[in-house]
Amino acid sequence: MTERLNRLLLNVIAALLAAIFAAAITSVILLIRGDSPTLVISQMWDYGTQRSTELTIVNGATVYYLSAVAVAIGFRMNLFNIGVDGQYRFAAMLAGAFGGSVALPNGLRQVAIILVAMLAGAAWAGLVAVLKVARGVSEVISTIMLNFIATSLIAYCMRPSIFGVRAGNDVTTKPIPKSGQVGGLDLIPKSGGKVYGLILLAVAVGVAFHVVVNNTRFGFDLRATGRSASAAQSSGVNVKKMTAVTLVLSGAIAGLVGMPALLGDSHSYSSITFQTGLGFTGIAIALLGRNHPVGIAFAAVLWSFLDNSANILDLNNIPKEIVQITQGVVVLSVVVAYELVRRVALVRQQRAVGRALSTPTGTPVAEGAPA
Amino acid sequence: MLPGQVVLSRSCRSPPHPGACAIHAADQPDLAEPAAADAAVELRGITKRFPGVVANHDIDIVVQRGHVHAIVGENGAGKSTLMNILYGMHKPDEGTITVNGKQAVFSSPSDAIAAGIGMVHQHFMLADNLTVLENIVLGSEPSRRGVLDSRAARAKIREISDSYGLDIEPNELVENLGVGDRQRVEICKVLYRGAQILILDEPTAVLVPHEVDELFANLRGLKAEGLTVLFISHKLDEVLSVADEITVIRRGTTVRTVHPAEVTARQLAELMVGSELPVPELRESTVTDVAELTVEHLTVRSPDGRPLIDDVSFVIHKGEIVGLAGVEGNGQAELVEAIMGIRPAESGHVLLGDRDVSRWHTRDRREGGIAYIPEDRHRHGLLLEAPLWENRMLGHQTERPNTRGPWIDRGGAKRDTRRIVEEFDVRTPGIDVTAASLSGGNQQKLIVGREMSGTPTVLIASHPTRGVDVGAQAAIWDHLRHARAAGLAVLLISADLDELIGMSDTLKVILRGRLVEEVDPHTVTPEQLGSAMTGAGPVAAGGVS
Repeated sequence: MTERLNRLLLNVIAALLAAIFAAAITSVILLIRGDSPTLVISQMWDYGTQRSTELTIVNGATVYYLSAVAVAIGFRMNLFNIGVDGQYRFAAMLAGAFGGSVALPNGLRQVAIILVAMLAGAAWAGLVAVLKVARGVSEVISTIMLNFIATSLIAYCMRPSIFGVRAGNDVTTKPIPKSGQVGGLDLIPKSGGKVYGLILLAVAVGVAFHVVVNNTRFGFDLRATGRSASAAQSSGVNVKKMTAVTLVLSGAIAGLVGMPALLGDSHSYSSITFQTGLGFTGIAIALLGRNHPVGIAFAAVLWSFLDNSANILDLNNIPKEIVQITQGVVVLSVVVAYELVRRVALVRQQRAVGRALSTPTGTPVAEGAPA
Repeated sequence: MLPGQVVLSRSCRSPPHPGACAIHAADQPDLAEPAAADAAVELRGITKRFPGVVANHDIDIVVQRGHVHAIVGENGAGKSTLMNILYGMHKPDEGTITVNGKQAVFSSPSDAIAAGIGMVHQHFMLADNLTVLENIVLGSEPSRRGVLDSRAARAKIREISDSYGLDIEPNELVENLGVGDRQRVEICKVLYRGAQILILDEPTAVLVPHEVDELFANLRGLKAEGLTVLFISHKLDEVLSVADEITVIRRGTTVRTVHPAEVTARQLAELMVGSELPVPELRESTVTDVAELTVEHLTVRSPDGRPLIDDVSFVIHKGEIVGLAGVEGNGQAELVEAIMGIRPAESGHVLLGDRDVSRWHTRDRREGGIAYIPEDRHRHGLLLEAPLWENRMLGHQTERPNTRGPWIDRGGAKRDTRRIVEEFDVRTPGIDVTAASLSGGNQQKLIVGREMSGTPTVLIASHPTRGVDVGAQAAIWDHLRHARAAGLAVLLISADLDELIGMSDTLKVILRGRLVEEVDPHTVTPEQLGSAMTGAGPVAAGGVS
């Protein structure tokens, strides 16, 4: 137990060190530009802790969280689902079109829209699964390709003859009526807005992810396959089936990424205004959070804080893109730090085991020495 | 000769007098003490401590110039640490290293290389996509005006290759080379850097018998040119055939240095272990006529259509251990994988009891009662970075006490892991440590314990005692004997012929994917079995070559 605690502590320290290192690099760049790092930090902090910014941070973190969990499911099995981006956009488009046109009783309608999104995401990822299992195509390649294909397919589907509806200068799906929307929660008073109601869904996904991975047979098979596919196969895991199921599951969660905004804010899908790139952010956040449901939550909030609080910088003639450097460095350094921690912990444990075994048996080295 | 994989062939099996094989340190003077006149390497009083462990202490070795000097010891005896010290990868805490009469202090391998010491690692360190020449010069490229001077390099490599008979083609891509060729490239690489003293770490572990012969011919060539070779191994037959002197290391220290002419393999083995060796043997037969595992006309082909297993049929009865002898690579691994459902069979049937499991998935077969000790425990038997109790679940993750329905039963799994640790004497401070932190023998005991849990009816044991120390070996044999007495049907595959002969009720020989012969384990000798394995002649015909 203390061993686990030690390891957790080491990981937290590693993450903190990576963050400090990233802050240091950013400071150096700011200094080179002639800006004061302390000023930048204090501005970001002041702006980031305002009520209205807190709201956008929480809402941003919610979708980041879902995206990162979708990626993390694959990572736990050594599968790189780079295609969360295409999966969630495709899913949001189909779910938007479905929600705007199919009438169902209140309550059921939201559930149906969410299910459609999950199915769409799962189906899009299912293509990757088929290619990988049947033909041996690397999921890295196929997911990236399918991101582009998704973009084109969405553009095609958004033609007025299919799902598209003109809305000013934009083309959107038919708006989802009130009975299909999910209202916000007034978690942050005086912020001038509401937190996505589907933040509860994100929490539920996180809990389910944790329980399934750690406490079920399926989760054990998944982790075993991730740690050693050959050992898992010998133990009776059907690795191909596991691969397919995991990819589909990852795609289903990816389908949820667009839901908080679709059902709680925009109420329709538009290729122009709907947020893109969340799938890639999810990869970074999953790495930062060590594919752990709690770690990912912290990482998502940090990421969202950096994104949103940086908006103040432009007003002061500091390019807000500076935080992208921070984000990039933090991910790179945290990956290195975690790997270091892993190795250090392994060696420490091997030594601890060696020590524990050599003491009680007395002095095993005393015997057999010549003269 | 006997195949190279034969570990610990005990030429002194069933000696006339029980004590005839034991040598006592007092009987003979220690050869290492004087005679440091023409020593290439002299290690005196070397001690190395790692936190909590003493890896080496009071090591004394004198290696004569122009000798092949073997260093033997069990796994974990400290051979590798010692060689890493000599190669400058670790600094000794005490003691002196003298190379060619001059005392040396190495703080990195480059110091050792400068002193003329080179190391050929067990795992080759070659880049597949480069040519032999590029691999050899990598890190010390001869250049002319800043450009790689491949002509000079090629000339030098040819010269080395010719003078030591290494037969190296500099322009070949490494990925096209076989294992033996790669090893020669490694040796050439070390010679290219001017090494006069070569350290070879378990060089035969990866070679097939004829490659071992070639390697030994190369070593004799090096010796003839006045080079010194330090040869680390635990294959005693090989050591006896190639070494001029043998130093035995046990528990981190040098026990004795002997001449190969003066000792038998068994005596060496006992020096390594420090006690009499356990003997693999079975008592009265427990074989019944109930068939537990039946393999009928099983054929497995490689993707290109070559038969790997060719029409193999056999039956293992309740309470019977069937040994499978064969030079590695003759289809043993494929047979096991086909029985376990890991590798698809082209035709034939596998029957578990009277159920045809040929189309069952691996998990169903395991649940049906087949236990499996895989050949490569790191790749197939363990999750190295997972705690022991998760490793106890591996392969049994659908069974109690590890799971209840779809849920993991942590408490049950942990309790049962503690039981295995206790019953099978797995030396570990706890069950939350990772499998990677245990020694090989203890990892293997955990696997054996796990596979014997539940109520298996059939056990597929691939090299169950490979790479484990003698104590663990004896324990594993004991468990096999008990399980056999309790009615387990066992398929035993091993490269240790004594183990096969001693532990089998029935012994079959596999050659090129076919069962070519069945021999009587009570009468066959390791030599006869060895020649049957290589196809040199059937034992039945009395053909001891």
